Amino acid sequence: MIKVRGAVTVNTDRCKGCNLCVVACPTGTLALQRSEVNDRGYHFAYMANPENCTGCCSCAWVCPDACIEVYRVKTEA
Amino acid sequence: MNLCDTMELEEIIREENKVYAVPELLDQSVHMHYCPGCSHGVVHKLISEVIAELGITDHTVGVSPVGCAVFAYNYIDVDWVEAAHGRAPAVATALNRLWPENVVFTYQGDGDMSAIGTAESIHAANRGENIVMVFVNNAIYGMTGGQMAPTTLIGQKTATTPYGRRVDLNGHPLEITNLMPLLDGTCYVTRQSVHTPAAARKTKACLKKAFENAIAKRGTSVVEVVATCNSGWKMSPEKANEWMAEHMFKVYPLGDLKDTTKEQ
Ligand SMILES: Cc1ncc(C[n+]2csc(CCOP(=O)(O)OP(=O)(O)O)c2C)c(N)n1
Ligand code: SF4
Ligand code: SF4
Ligand code: SF4
Ligand SMILES: [Mg+2]
Repeated sequence: MIKVRGAVTVNTDRCKGCNLCVVACPTGTLALQRSEVNDRGYHFAYMANPENCTGCCSCAWVCPDACIEVYRVKTEA
Repeated sequence: MNLCDTMELEEIIREENKVYAVPELLDQSVHMHYCPGCSHGVVHKLISEVIAELGITDHTVGVSPVGCAVFAYNYIDVDWVEAAHGRAPAVATALNRLWPENVVFTYQGDGDMSAIGTAESIHAANRGENIVMVFVNNAIYGMTGGQMAPTTLIGQKTATTPYGRRVDLNGHPLEITNLMPLLDGTCYVTRQSVHTPAAARKTKACLKKAFENAIAKRGTSVVEVVATCNSGWKMSPEKANEWMAEHMFKVYPLGDLKDTTKEQ
């Protein structure tokens, strides 16, 4: 069986915590930091459930501040 | 548990596995000044990608508007001229006529295109200038604090229509993009949005077609992006997207309004 796994990186410095990537993610991978903020005071996005990510890029397409890069691997299990 | 489940993040996050990179042309050394969740950022990204993919970076000139996108020239790394409010299509006309080898696009808000710049926009399109007009319609004057624009919906509350826009007092929403297909100078007129991944992908394809038209000198292409101004609308970015889909798409339905490239 071919299994797809993904991962994203978030440029936490650029992130404005708008939550649009969290809404767009179909797998519940992302969340906003609850207590931590960046230099501008924004609760930045992070992979709260990294094992869910499929690398579908939905989050990256809707991010207005170009913070997200996406990685994907296919493995035969 | 198979191999994939145990895979460490460091094994996935490797250059060779990258499937989405931030656009090269979007200057990462500056922070965009837009409010969190503002549609302008997504549109900037798509334009950056299209210009890079078409290989026209070194001879593309943008004309930035007055409006929240006034600083677009700081973000997308091509040549730019900043126009007075509403005058972007006139400036773009000059740029393209004086240096026809350039690919020229305007970036205009709804205040810019459908209020102060109505004449310039309609006439550039009617003359069939070989330019792309990117029209970001958020139904409000974002930059100046959320006043009513000609595009504001009936009933929509803004700083200058605190009880909602009224037809008897404020007139009807101006659907300026609907006028564009009537003009013989336009070759491509479309209305899109960027609120979902699918919508953003579609808009990118439309922008690409529009820039290809400019390269091929087919006339004027107008790409309207129905957009949000969550600050001006006083909503969260997420709610603003929902409100837009529910209310704006009724007045500004998405889709192509004219495409002469299909007829050829
Ligand atoms: C000649 C002139 N008139 C008026 C203004 C004030 N002004 C600045 S931005 C703006 C409206 C911007 O709205 P829009 O074009 O919709 O852009 P947005 O900020 O919503 O993206 C106005 C009226 C100006 N700067 N110059
Ligand atoms: S790539 Fe897809 S699955 Fe992964 S975080 Fe982004 S939206 Fe979610
Ligand atoms: S969409 Fe972008 S700016 Fe908004 S929270 Fe996600 S990463 Fe941050
Ligand atoms: S005021 Fe509105 S259009 Fe301007 S940056 Fe903020 S959300 Fe965007
Ligand atoms: Mg506006």
